[in-house]
Amino acid sequence: MPPAPPPPDDAPSPASASASASASAGPAPAPVRGTLHVFLGMAPGVGKTYAMLTAARRQMALGVDVLAARVETHDLPETAALAQGLPRLETGLGAGAGAGLGAELDLDGVLKRAPQLALVDDLAQVNPAGFRHPRRHQDIQELLEAGISVYTTLNVRQVESRAQTVAQITGTGIPDTVPDGILDHAEIELVDLAPAELRRRLDEGKVFVPDRGTVGMVNFFREGNLAALREMTLRLAAEKVGREVREHHHSLAIRQPWKTGHRLLVAVGPSPLSADLVRWTRRLADSLGGPWLAVHIEKAGPLGLFEQRQLTANLALARELGAEVVTSVDADVVRGLLRVARRHNVTQIVVGKPAPGPWRNYLGGGPLPRRLVEDSGDIDIHVVRAGNPDTAPAAGPARPAEDPERREYAAALGVVVVVTIVGQYLSPGVLNYRAVALLYLLAVVALARRVARGPVFFAATVSALLWDFFFLPPVHTLWITTVEDGLMFGMYFVVALVIGQVVAQLRAQERAEHRREERTAALYLLTRELADAATLEAIVAALARHLRRLFQADAAVLLANAEGRLGGACAGGTLGLRPGEMAVAAWAFEHRQRAGQYTSNLRAATALHLPLDTPGGPLGVLSVRLPAGGAPSFEQAALLEACARQAALVLDRHRLQELAQQIRLDAESERLSRTLLDSISHELRTPIAAIAGAAGVLGAEPGPSPGMLATVGEEIREAVARLNRLVGNLLDIARVESGQVRPKMDWCELADLVHVTVKHLRRELAGRPLAVVIAPELPLVRLDFVLMETVLTNLLLNAVNHTPRGAALRIGAECQEGELLLTVADAGPGIPDDARPRLFHKFYRVPGTATGGTGLGLSIVKGFVEAQNGRVQVDNQPSGGARFTIRLPLAAAPAVPAETL
Amino acid sequence: MSEPTAGPIVLVIDDEVQIRRLLRLTLEANGYRVFEAATGQDGLAEAAQRRPDILVLDLGLPDLDGVTVLERLREWSSVPVLVLSVRDREEDKIAALDRGADDYLTKPFSTGEFLARLRVAQRHARPAADAAVFQSGQLEVDFVARTVRVAGKPVKFTATEYSLLVLFARHAGKVLTHRQILREVWGPDYVEQTHYLRVYLTRLREKIETVPAEPEILITESGVGYRLVVK
Repeated sequence: MPPAPPPPDDAPSPASASASASASAGPAPAPVRGTLHVFLGMAPGVGKTYAMLTAARRQMALGVDVLAARVETHDLPETAALAQGLPRLETGLGAGAGAGLGAELDLDGVLKRAPQLALVDDLAQVNPAGFRHPRRHQDIQELLEAGISVYTTLNVRQVESRAQTVAQITGTGIPDTVPDGILDHAEIELVDLAPAELRRRLDEGKVFVPDRGTVGMVNFFREGNLAALREMTLRLAAEKVGREVREHHHSLAIRQPWKTGHRLLVAVGPSPLSADLVRWTRRLADSLGGPWLAVHIEKAGPLGLFEQRQLTANLALARELGAEVVTSVDADVVRGLLRVARRHNVTQIVVGKPAPGPWRNYLGGGPLPRRLVEDSGDIDIHVVRAGNPDTAPAAGPARPAEDPERREYAAALGVVVVVTIVGQYLSPGVLNYRAVALLYLLAVVALARRVARGPVFFAATVSALLWDFFFLPPVHTLWITTVEDGLMFGMYFVVALVIGQVVAQLRAQERAEHRREERTAALYLLTRELADAATLEAIVAALARHLRRLFQADAAVLLANAEGRLGGACAGGTLGLRPGEMAVAAWAFEHRQRAGQYTSNLRAATALHLPLDTPGGPLGVLSVRLPAGGAPSFEQAALLEACARQAALVLDRHRLQELAQQIRLDAESERLSRTLLDSISHELRTPIAAIAGAAGVLGAEPGPSPGMLATVGEEIREAVARLNRLVGNLLDIARVESGQVRPKMDWCELADLVHVTVKHLRRELAGRPLAVVIAPELPLVRLDFVLMETVLTNLLLNAVNHTPRGAALRIGAECQEGELLLTVADAGPGIPDDARPRLFHKFYRVPGTATGGTGLGLSIVKGFVEAQNGRVQVDNQPSGGARFTIRLPLAAAPAVPAETL
Repeated sequence: MSEPTAGPIVLVIDDEVQIRRLLRLTLEANGYRVFEAATGQDGLAEAAQRRPDILVLDLGLPDLDGVTVLERLREWSSVPVLVLSVRDREEDKIAALDRGADDYLTKPFSTGEFLARLRVAQRHARPAADAAVFQSGQLEVDFVARTVRVAGKPVKFTATEYSLLVLFARHAGKVLTHRQILREVWGPDYVEQTHYLRVYLTRLREKIETVPAEPEILITESGVGYRLVVK
């Protein structure tokens, strides 16, 4: 079973995906994860299903809601009898009679029915095309996440880390396996049977055996094999129990569980043999009870297509088996491995034993294990013989025609031949035969800049031979007659090889450096642009732009709404999603797993959906449609993942900012509405009370005297004026707030404006010395007469309200630097410094001022002045008293034709 | 008319009962005869039937907008109209004045002011406005001799200044909007050239006012226009 998922070919099932999206009822109340019981046996026929059914019946008797979701009775009477009384799913997936027995697992059906315990036979089963997940263990994971406990069965030969060994012992093929990681979180129930007993049951026909007649199966059930399988099964169970006991002790003793334990590292390369190495390490890690890392050291040289794919598969396998995967870059594998090992406090390193006769290892600085042993210091080294490549999974074409490489060999040969021909012309006339060697050397160096290492070696070798044959006397033989020529030939060969090697290495390193730099630069650029983006749309657009540049992919961001469900695509994305695709995105969001294109979940979808996870919970999904043409390489996938992580961080930050902003706004609007209600009710009720009082006086018996009547009339007039002013203020501030102030700019004479305003306020200004100083040369000013009258009125009333009775006022107007300066100054106490910044905020009143007034006047002033492109400032005069200054832009008024008398 | 000797007839078109009641109280106390209408349609019918000497019109009516009532009324009647409204935006005032209202008063208003405006509006309707000489306070304009005297002394005016002053004098007491003035004096092409008006108003004031910075004859109506006050 190749660990890499096969290319997506099965039919999409968005309907079932959407059904699950609605059935699992949103992620908000995350159910407690169900427990997984695995009934583990050494071979088919030991009675796993029987044991499972027995245990299920016990649970049912205890009142647990059990559902036989899928049980394989293989028509064995005893098993069928046990299965008879168990509840099954009413409607199976196309299976008429006996749904739940023998039919495929109806995942959505089970999720909808939501039993406490589901029985699902055969953990290692591969789902037919068209199902949501390619593997049954993924279905089971989803059941567990939904809070449903599961009983399932498994043979030891189907455990990924054991499968290879079993295959070697029994000589059978490797079946479909399950990753060991699943067993880590499972309760294992061992179903044991003595080998002799199993053989007896086999002979009695009480056992279902697939392909029972075949030679392979007959071999499989040999008693010796069964004994070995039994031991392996017992050990697997024992290791798990032992590890749990140890973990328990650790957690009691010290907080850091792995501090004293072992930490393993396995070196993973692009070789098919690495997969074996990974499995071996997993077994070792299991028995030692330590965590393990799978490390790939990216060397300078670029990988071929086949190697690239193999490496991705190997690392995926390691991850599946529970390893932490680390990739690092170093031209020297040994140095890189040790660096990673030291950084992760690794105690043991596992490397493969090189195949016999890899002569080039000696050229590259000695075989890897030997150097590792020499440099490793206190780290233990395991050198493990990897299985022979024939048993290794044959992923993809065994040896694809490596076109580029073949072409490079041809090119190398061509160059050497051309040099030979040129040399033939020049030698011995122009050059002597030794100089020709330099020509060859030049060609080899030039080649090394262009082609891979193999072709360079090839060119060096061929050129050495050609030189010997065509140029070294005696010509046209490979004989070398003089010691000097022999030395020459040897030295040429060595120099060509070394230079070729060094140049090729340099170039490869350069290229790797370049690639890494590109990747870093891409991420850096993305980070910077995302940081600069202020709005959600800008963030999404920047992300989409980068994904297009990096992957030629279309992208969209879907964010969760307030209810924790995935909403529609945010503006700024470049990818439109159909409803079916949205359902896949919703699945990815709810399960916090990648889904869709090139993943193992719902992979028939046309886009790849990456959950945007943050420490505070999932934010949403990044949907990417990669261009057609194969799964992304390991490197690309890592980059995509990094982009998603970066986007999640930025989106999270944006979300938090908005939240904070919203909270601030809420607090502010609450404060405002409170102030508004307080001040409006005061300002409204006071004059109303005055009018009501006056009406009472008028209506009283006996009627008021003429003198009283005049006073009462005056009271009413004053109250009405106050009410009218309040209404005017409220209407004005409403205009400012709604942005409805549209000034009608017109040429006005400022003296006229001041005069009209002062005349309207003569009652309020009575008893106040008022100086109006208007510069005589002041031209016509373009402003809105009525708005400015309101501004001036409010400033004057403000001065009247906040200065003692009789305090002088001054209105000034002059030209200054192309601006009109209109000032209103008073001789009052001035404005405290700390009040100044908030003075123009609405409803703000300087603390300690007399009652009366709404705190609206100055904010109206500001709104109206700014609507006319002006500014308003406030300061205290040196002589004391506040001074408000309005600045309005001045323009030259058009000329009026002169006229004679 | 049943009582020919009684005072002038006022038709009040307003939908607010309280305002109508108050106006009736005030007007009857001052010798007017009052008729009321609560809607625009009723108001137009009443105006046709009662032939009032003056009409008090509210702009916010339930069935028709006051400006529409004014337009329909002006199709057949030149009765003086005093608009009484809560709408205090200049656009509304200008719209009403440009469509033939004689004056505009914003609610709330003082009774004294209301009666004064009413009297001025009534005067426009009288042929006396076509007199050969206009006199108000220290200002004296002789339309026939085309001379102006201020406090008894002759003052020289340019042609434009004079026609501006004549326009104000002919409509003494009435608000003239910027557009109306510009159209009458400078012609229809000049209705937007308000700076002409500002410059000439300042010159006029310098010639006829005692303290030009605090005018008492030619007063400014904010955002709407000017009014020549009758003394």
